[in-house]
Amino acid sequence: MPLLPRALRRSGRSAVIAVPWLWLLLFFVVPFVIVLKISVADTRWLGTPPYSPLFEMIDGRAALKVHAANFVFLWRDSLYRAAFLTSLTVAGLSTVLCVLLGYPMAYAIARAAARWRNVLLLLVILPFWTSFLLRVYAWIGLLGNTGAINQLLIGMGVIHEPIVMLQTDFAMYVGIVYSYLPFMILPLYANLEKHDATLIEAAIDLGCTPWQAFRRVTLPLSLPGVVAGSMLVFIPAVGEFVIPRMLGGPNSLMIGRVLWDEFFLNRNWPVASAVAVTLLVLLVAPIVLVQRFHARDATGVVAR
Amino acid sequence: MNGRRSTLLIAAVVFGFAFLYVPILSMIAFSFNDSRLVAVWGGFSFKWYGQLLHNRALLDAAWLSLRIATVTACVATLLGTMAGMALARFGRFRTRTLFAAMVSAPLVMPEVITGLSLLLLFVALAPWPLFPDTRGFSTIAIAHITLTMSYVTVIVQSRLSSLDESLEEAAMDLGARPWRVFVAITLPMIAPAMISGWLLAFTLSLDDLVLASFTAGPATNTLPMMIFSTVRRGATPEINALATIMVGIVTVCVVIAGLSHARHETRRQRDAQLAEGKGSELTSRDRE
Repeated sequence: MPLLPRALRRSGRSAVIAVPWLWLLLFFVVPFVIVLKISVADTRWLGTPPYSPLFEMIDGRAALKVHAANFVFLWRDSLYRAAFLTSLTVAGLSTVLCVLLGYPMAYAIARAAARWRNVLLLLVILPFWTSFLLRVYAWIGLLGNTGAINQLLIGMGVIHEPIVMLQTDFAMYVGIVYSYLPFMILPLYANLEKHDATLIEAAIDLGCTPWQAFRRVTLPLSLPGVVAGSMLVFIPAVGEFVIPRMLGGPNSLMIGRVLWDEFFLNRNWPVASAVAVTLLVLLVAPIVLVQRFHARDATGVVAR
Repeated sequence: MNGRRSTLLIAAVVFGFAFLYVPILSMIAFSFNDSRLVAVWGGFSFKWYGQLLHNRALLDAAWLSLRIATVTACVATLLGTMAGMALARFGRFRTRTLFAAMVSAPLVMPEVITGLSLLLLFVALAPWPLFPDTRGFSTIAIAHITLTMSYVTVIVQSRLSSLDESLEEAAMDLGARPWRVFVAITLPMIAPAMISGWLLAFTLSLDDLVLASFTAGPATNTLPMMIFSTVRRGATPEINALATIMVGIVTVCVVIAGLSHARHETRRQRDAQLAEGKGSELTSRDRE
């Protein structure tokens, strides 16, 4: 008799593991295998689907057909190289800007009086819950030629002609920093909040100036938070599609946009898949890093 | 803290929050603008809200998005809670490392990659029985569930690992079956995390443009897809009105959630203090 409940219990546990396991296998892992497969296929412009099969029957035997041509094309074509390079640069610079703006904010929130801390934290989290798309859209109204900023500057007599800001790289950076700033602040805050205040007191007692104490104690201790936040900004920024499309110029060459156009406009599935595979390979190192540095702390803060 | 430094800090905080909130506030202000030119003030008016109510296509898209978000949030909460339980409570099972990696990967994957790969899967699966051969509601929901269940998992898992396992063990020792332990002990403790997860999944699904654009069929239009195709031609007052409504709803929800969380925390702290007081009373009595 005791055997049966145990068997039941074990099968219950297995089911709890198996259901999400199988879901992710089917809808996350298998799709990647398909992308990988199509990335080494040949383009067939008029076919449905528009690519060559991986296995072909030749003389009654299955033959594996792998074309490296798409990757060679990506490497040789200056447009794609430029797009990858631009994406990495834009994401890198945006990450730096997010650190510069986010660090003082996270630091100030962590040091604020307990009464204020939750309010300030709520203010950081609130944009996270409101529509990303609409928040990016809000900048169109601000940055346009007849937008609020130009109106204000003209009204104050600072400028006479509107400054062209919309559809420039400037607007794109503003949009990316704006959208991803909370992702920088939250893991940084989670880290800074845990610091032991007595360490700073000790440093000051031992003759450090407040700045030295910050640089030698707080800053090194907060590096894991900086790394976690940076990866949470950098990774999605590299593949960003919406912001360059809405705020950037018509020639902004972000790789997310190139992938999109390659798939939807050119209907070149193999090249689009090769772009996706290359992007993933570029991002493997940051993704491993982010998992190492417990980015989950940040999500924990958001959902509290 | 020295004076100059705190002034700098305050300046950074003020600038940072202004940067985060000025766009939203200006959008709200201009939604009440009578003029068609978005940034030229022409007097106070509700007319864009009226027009919004008569925009059939936009309302249909909103209704579709709300339905997808509801289905997504429910399924993602179910799957994510199971995954969170497995990761936090089942010890080291054989495929745990792979499972943990699979669960957290969608969180950091660029959306274009997830979207493209899911679309290619759906195209490959379309001829199969049991699978919908037209893309739309179900394919978008599957894409959203795959993304959002990871968020739910992380939230539930971190809640579970902050909770003491001894309550569950005690129930088990007293002879309760695993299912009963889950319903009577674990579920009430993780319910707040599940609610947060549900809301986050709902919000993310309602807001998603990239995954939906890849996985939707040609005849399907979700609200973000609709907004995106409208605003590509520039700012429109109607979208400002829509944004104001959405921001308003979210603000009310988040503020209520924040307040109830704060009240819950204070009560918990007071209970903990009381319990501690009782505890020390008991031990001192024991000593006597």
